[in-house]
Amino acid sequence: MKTKAKKWFGRYWIYFVVVGFWIVCEVLMQQNALSPVIRNQLIPICCWVTMAVSLNLVVGISGELSLGHAGFMSLGAFTGLIAAGWLQHAAQMESPLARLVLAMLAGGLIAGIFGFLIGIPVLRLRGDYLAIVTLAFGEIINSLIINLYVNLDQGTLYFKFLKGRGLPGIPLLAGAQGPDNITKIALIPAGFVLVILTLIVANNLVRSRTGRAIMATRDNRIAAESVGINVTKYKMTAFVTAAVLAGMAGAMYGLFMSTATKPTLFRYTKSIDILVFVVMGGLGSLSGSVISAALLTILPEQLRFLKDYRMLIYAVVLILMMLVSNNPLIRGWMKGIREKFFRRNKQTPAAEARPDDGKGGGRS
Amino acid sequence: MKKVLALALAVCLALTVCSAFAEEVTLKIAHIGPLTGGAALYGVATSRGAQIAVEEINAAGGKFRIELIDEDDQHVPEISKNAYQEAKNQGAQMIVGTTTSDPCIAVGEDAFVDRVFMLTPSASSVKVTAGKDNVYQMCFTDPAQGETAANYIADKALGTKIAVITNVSDPYSTGIRDAFLDTAEARGLEIVSETEFNEGDADFTVQVNDAKNAGADLVFLPIYYGPASMIIQTAKNIGFEPAFFGVDGMDGILAIPEFDVSLAEGVMLLCPFAASSPDERTQKFVSAYQAKFNDTPIQFAADSYDCVYALVAAADAAGITDGMSAAECCDKLIAAMQQLEFTGLTGTSTWDASGAVTKLPKVYKIENGAYVEQ
Amino acid sequence: MVNFLVNLVNGLSLGSVYAIIALGYTMVYGIAKMLNFAHGDVIMVGAYMSYVALRSLSLPPVVAMLLAMVVCTLLGITIEKAAYKPLRQATSLSVLITAIGVSYFLQNMAQLIWGATPVNFPADFITLPSIELLGGQLIIEGATLITILVGAAVMVGLNLFIGKTKIGKAMRAVSEDRGAAELMGINVNRTISITFAIGSALAAIAGVLLWAKVFKLEPTTGAIPGIKAFTAAVLGGIGSIPGAMLGGILLGIIEIFGRAYVSTALSDAIVFSVLIIVLLVRPTGLLGKPIQEKV
Repeated sequence: MKTKAKKWFGRYWIYFVVVGFWIVCEVLMQQNALSPVIRNQLIPICCWVTMAVSLNLVVGISGELSLGHAGFMSLGAFTGLIAAGWLQHAAQMESPLARLVLAMLAGGLIAGIFGFLIGIPVLRLRGDYLAIVTLAFGEIINSLIINLYVNLDQGTLYFKFLKGRGLPGIPLLAGAQGPDNITKIALIPAGFVLVILTLIVANNLVRSRTGRAIMATRDNRIAAESVGINVTKYKMTAFVTAAVLAGMAGAMYGLFMSTATKPTLFRYTKSIDILVFVVMGGLGSLSGSVISAALLTILPEQLRFLKDYRMLIYAVVLILMMLVSNNPLIRGWMKGIREKFFRRNKQTPAAEARPDDGKGGGRS
Repeated sequence: MKKVLALALAVCLALTVCSAFAEEVTLKIAHIGPLTGGAALYGVATSRGAQIAVEEINAAGGKFRIELIDEDDQHVPEISKNAYQEAKNQGAQMIVGTTTSDPCIAVGEDAFVDRVFMLTPSASSVKVTAGKDNVYQMCFTDPAQGETAANYIADKALGTKIAVITNVSDPYSTGIRDAFLDTAEARGLEIVSETEFNEGDADFTVQVNDAKNAGADLVFLPIYYGPASMIIQTAKNIGFEPAFFGVDGMDGILAIPEFDVSLAEGVMLLCPFAASSPDERTQKFVSAYQAKFNDTPIQFAADSYDCVYALVAAADAAGITDGMSAAECCDKLIAAMQQLEFTGLTGTSTWDASGAVTKLPKVYKIENGAYVEQ
Repeated sequence: MVNFLVNLVNGLSLGSVYAIIALGYTMVYGIAKMLNFAHGDVIMVGAYMSYVALRSLSLPPVVAMLLAMVVCTLLGITIEKAAYKPLRQATSLSVLITAIGVSYFLQNMAQLIWGATPVNFPADFITLPSIELLGGQLIIEGATLITILVGAAVMVGLNLFIGKTKIGKAMRAVSEDRGAAELMGINVNRTISITFAIGSALAAIAGVLLWAKVFKLEPTTGAIPGIKAFTAAVLGGIGSIPGAMLGGILLGIIEIFGRAYVSTALSDAIVFSVLIIVLLVRPTGLLGKPIQEKV
């Protein structure tokens, strides 16, 4: 009985952490006691957590190194912004929450469609070749969006590519000049709901038949193929799911930044930042991604007292964390501690499984 | 008797202390800009310009004493919002910044809700001030620069066949371009070549060749001086010698270490500030800047320097007293700014309720390695 | 026709710069099996070091270049020893993240030391005159010539070094099969360190040539050309030295032609689209070895 409870807790503790943190924040906000520095970061943190968890589906669970995840966020962000703009001006939808939800669905849908289209060529490749192609897609998306102009006139959306002058109506998106005429509607509770939804989707995927097939493919592609697993189909499932979640996070982020959203925010450097969250949190560990994305978003802000040396020290912290977490001695200790606390729970839940090599699939 | 004397003394003392407090007002001003990352060049300049102004004001020992808070935003809106919160935490009453447009739009929204006054030295997008009564600009807006440039070129008949090279990933650049093209069309200027580049591109030969092959006699460069210097050198290498016309981002080109200044001979630019100007205040600023930072100030630094002085002038006019909250300062400053006529390094400025600045645009031509006002 | 030739020459010139940077990526990848994302920033440091040697120490250009190579070699070895060597047994992703950390570190360090103001390429660094062909319509700059020549020389030299010398053989062995090489008595750690040293020395040369091409040097100068060169290395088949050279030159030509004949605004999209198409046809790049699957 006790073991069962422990196992249950080991599986669901991250939900308690997220919900607990949310409740604490809400209560503090009611009392006006939450530091504005933290309050201001809550929605971005929710977005980055979603990005990290969804990227972990690709990198940790599916075992494919993706360097273009921010591209899906970008697609979601600008789709969401345009959708919200249309709902606001053309459909005259009053409720911000309804606009936000619809915009996020639109963002997720478009990102998912692109994820599928991009996945067809990408998933044929292996290892670092796959990584560079995802990076290439991310850069192509950025290059296309900075040249895209969208106007709204009497309920009709007008799209134009490369040169935006001469479009009728009010601009919703003006290339590199970014979105315009769109009200900020992101809400903190919606951010937390997104995180919880992401965790539910990701955990269900991992623990399902599909998830086991994906991990079998990651660990030994040839063996998985030989028992009749359709490798491409399962990898595609993970890839598209991740893209949809990234698109929703993007829409949330875009509607938080509204007119300050820049297409260039979502270039490969951002994809790499998200990858850092995933690796720091532990490949394949969804709860690890949640914690590390939140902490690493807050960390540079807490280093502000270092003034000019802030980003330098952040770089040093990154390197040291990697060195420490891979130090055999310290890893041994950590393992000992884990076993002490979860002694009865030696059968690690599938989602927490740590692959030996994030992109070792197929190189057996 | 002794008691009375002591009391009188105490009252005197208290009075002097009180009057000293009444005379000296401490303003906490925050500067926010990219001090690290790809746009550090501009944020460092605005930070340094503000530092010089603050040192001068504090050394002069007038009514106002200024504490400067300096925060980095890496040219990322999300981080800029955090920098703003941090500045507010440290008690900032007003803001010089933020340096770049997208972060300024994001911070402006928060500051609008919080009622914190912002005077940005260089965020030139029209979206920076749109819909916010608390954000003012020291620089011209992007469309204003594009219009002025096109009108000037048309008025002076500087070119008949015009080429435009834009940084397609930069809102500043495309914002100026769009307005320039609109005005150029209205004024009947012929645009023969329109090309773009991306931030970080290593080669400009195609763009310059396109302009050359189209027979352009004037190349309009709505971009910053770094890529502008690359374009001018590329043009020289292929033997293309049009007139170059830049905007305020062009300022700084003469100060690039190792840059062959003779290449910039004849380049014209629309710019509020010239480091080589004989104006006494400018020279004082430039020499102080060079002494402290071993670098020549660009217009970003001058704008920021002016921002600090303009804030002090507005604070004086608004009757801001010591320890006033940011929100109180904000309302008083908004009222005062619209009455203010401020003369600084970048000319004489007035502001309307929209927050956009009105000042005379100046056009300079580079002759013998120095700006000559046209 | 003249225009085509002009674009071709410019493409070659840009491509040679990418090729030399790509050589550094591909060598390290081939032997250490890691994506060294900090390579672009070592290049930037190399360019700054040559500037310091040229101006602050008033050394002649060639000596300045050599000094920059020495400094970069030391820097490369230090980075390898401090940040990468302890991760020899770790996952390749951990090493990737560390390389990203090193990249951030170098960029921020450079800004603290040299500031954010760009430095133009000194006119007296490369003084080779340019060649005028077709009655002055086609101009080949001195820097371009040097870049192409140096690129070719480096490639031939590297190929000879790897093919003929003992260390080169050790490198190939480590690249083929690290475990077997170790069993054969090859000091794998030393071989990897030497690879880093050579890659970093190359980075100094690449730094100066990149600088000559882009004119301005800033702490972020290495970042985007670095990514493009990495793309070039993958295009040619990462791990292959002739592949890096070919990939670099092709990428440069594609970039220039894309700009000249399709759109200047979309050049990045064009470059990356070509990469994707090539990889779909040849999944391991133009000259890359096919991945062998063993059960």
